[in-house]
Amino acid sequence: MTIDLADVPIWAAIPAAAFLVIGAGLSLLGTLGLVRLQTFYDRIHAPTLATSWGAGGMVMASMIIFTAASARPVFHEILIGIFVTVTTPVTLMMLGRATLYRDRMENSPDLPKAARHVPEPEDEEKEEQNT
Amino acid sequence: MSEIILVSAIWIAQGALALAMCLCTWRMVLGPRAQDRVLAMDALYVCAMLQLLAFGIRTGNTIFFEASLVIGVLGFVATVSLAKFLMRGEVIE
Repeated sequence: MTIDLADVPIWAAIPAAAFLVIGAGLSLLGTLGLVRLQTFYDRIHAPTLATSWGAGGMVMASMIIFTAASARPVFHEILIGIFVTVTTPVTLMMLGRATLYRDRMENSPDLPKAARHVPEPEDEEKEEQNT
Repeated sequence: MSEIILVSAIWIAQGALALAMCLCTWRMVLGPRAQDRVLAMDALYVCAMLQLLAFGIRTGNTIFFEASLVIGVLGFVATVSLAKFLMRGEVIE
């Protein structure tokens, strides 16, 4: 399916353009955070801006443009939005866990204070007995 | 009129995404550790996906959305397997 951008009416073009610019701008902001922030545990939050509002804005814009230009509802882009929303927490959670594990093994100074305590096997047994 | 608005918005979006990809590459080169590089690669995959989405809007062709979805799936699998590798030292146990 192919559309011509000139077929898009003006009332659809303005919100679509706004969504495009907002989505791409927030993706840029997220990657700027990826470069600027100091520790890994700060940096892991930054790219989520690109996967939440970035992807959402671009998908929204494309849905508006294709629906307005072909004069029928076009919703298949929403698959991309759903997929990105579902997979991002999974990947970042796994990456964060792996980093925590590696930092605890090396007792790295980057490790946040609250995460520094490594539970010993004896502690776990005590906790089990308490509960 | 609407074409001018859309084309300029798409150019701005593609420029911003290209800059975002450059920043991801910079973090990937900079490191300093393996997990930073994996995180930068994940962000680079997402930016490439959005770039392809913007390209699909500009050409008005829906075939690029399937390509974009494939890039998304590849990015997910790559990041999960690399995180698994960082955790255990092997991908499949």
